[in-house]
Amino acid sequence: MAVRPLTGGELAEKLQSAVPDSVDQWTDDEVWVRPERIAEAARFLHDDPDLDLDFLNSISAVDYVEHFQVVYHLTSLSRQHSAVVKTKVYGREDLELPSVYDVWRGADFQEREVWDLMGVRFDGHPNMKRIMLWEGYNGHPLRKDYL
Amino acid sequence: MPIRTEPMTVNVGPHHPSTHGVFRLRVTFDGEEILEVEPVFGYLHRGTEKLAESRNYTHIVTLTDRLDYVSSMINNQAYCLGVERLLGVEAPLRGQYLRTIASELQRIASHLIGIGFFVQDLGALVTPLMYCFRTRERILDLFEMLCGARVTVSYARPGGVFYDAPDDFWPALDDFMKTFRAEFGEIEQLVLENEIVRARTQGVSPLPLDLAINCSVSGPVLRASGLQWDWRKMEPYDVYDRVEFDVPVGSNGDNYDRFWVRFQEIRQSASIIEQCVEQIEPGPVRLELPLLVRPEPGAETYARVEASKGELAFYMISDGGISPYRMKIRSPSLINLTVTEHLLVGWKLADMIVTLGSVDINMGEVDR
Repeated sequence: MAVRPLTGGELAEKLQSAVPDSVDQWTDDEVWVRPERIAEAARFLHDDPDLDLDFLNSISAVDYVEHFQVVYHLTSLSRQHSAVVKTKVYGREDLELPSVYDVWRGADFQEREVWDLMGVRFDGHPNMKRIMLWEGYNGHPLRKDYL
Repeated sequence: MPIRTEPMTVNVGPHHPSTHGVFRLRVTFDGEEILEVEPVFGYLHRGTEKLAESRNYTHIVTLTDRLDYVSSMINNQAYCLGVERLLGVEAPLRGQYLRTIASELQRIASHLIGIGFFVQDLGALVTPLMYCFRTRERILDLFEMLCGARVTVSYARPGGVFYDAPDDFWPALDDFMKTFRAEFGEIEQLVLENEIVRARTQGVSPLPLDLAINCSVSGPVLRASGLQWDWRKMEPYDVYDRVEFDVPVGSNGDNYDRFWVRFQEIRQSASIIEQCVEQIEPGPVRLELPLLVRPEPGAETYARVEASKGELAFYMISDGGISPYRMKIRSPSLINLTVTEHLLVGWKLADMIVTLGSVDINMGEVDR
């Protein structure tokens, strides 16, 4: 009884056939999804009976200066496998990704945290405001150029 | 003729004894009934993730103590597992056993705090809490023997544990385990069989399983809603695959079940400790790692453990330097709060405090 990590190849194949043009690239450990298709891809990953990724473990953002990487760690509690989905957002200002709030409500605080500390907004989130810092705070402190 | 009422918005916290730390709830009431809830936090935000980017891998252990400060041992363990995976090494077996024993003692201590404050939130002031603290103090005494500290322990280190347990630790642990079951049985009888506790908690604020899953709820709160899911079983780390234990689940997901699950988990933890003590063998407790370790550039890991509050994970990315390029902490307390609104709306003011206690959050971990 152990959770099996899905390979990027398995995920890419299924995603590509269900959500055309959604996959950017993949490695053994993860699949990269085009940023504008992330919500559709999430919907498929959640609803597909074979994948059934019903649990969103975590949303993390990483600042690579020339782009931001947003990582979704997912688990299927019924099928007992896990997946890592990543996406890239280029630029420094006015960054936006489609929200996965409608798919997993667990994204609520996590997307707000990414906005607050990294400065990537999520389109479609019902309450997109800062979570740790106060409204009016200047900047996003987890960015590499903040300090 | 009914009395005309109008909605009133009240701030509960951030400085309020029942919110278990600097946590604020903006609640709109109609009389006693809750109409709207908005959790507000960030008062204890210390930027742990940012700090970690400018500390080396050995230093960061001390930052993890201060996340969920009533389960430091488990935080240390999760972080060290992460660093070990980044480096591609494994702690020696005796080190793994010591970490498991320490973590399970810590789980008992953390659940005891949860239970004590829960009963206090129900209105039973101080006495039951002191029963729980009496037992917890003895666990902290054991920690002091292991590493010299009681709360911010920093006992687990990348590659194992700080030091081997001193010789007099084992008889002390044995002594504790002997009296623990009797003491704990007393608390269990006091709380679980108490008619007022049952009347106040059974059927109150139930959490349906599908909502719990969709809201990424984990730990005892998820299990109380009826899913048998424990990362110690599903993705065994350290020596959890060498011991046998049950994963207790509730059926209704109400306040009573959330507490019932914690009581059962304490019993399982005690059994894990006893098995570890039987199995542990002499040997090294820590790998000889340099003080400044440099994982491969681009290495990343998502190291998760079943902490006392749920799934605690460290997502670490290395750029080949002496500190992580990014260290994201997946905090169970923060994410379990996603369901606050569902749990509270429609219930009464007096249940609000109890329900919040039943989710068992820790602000050090929520705000980080």
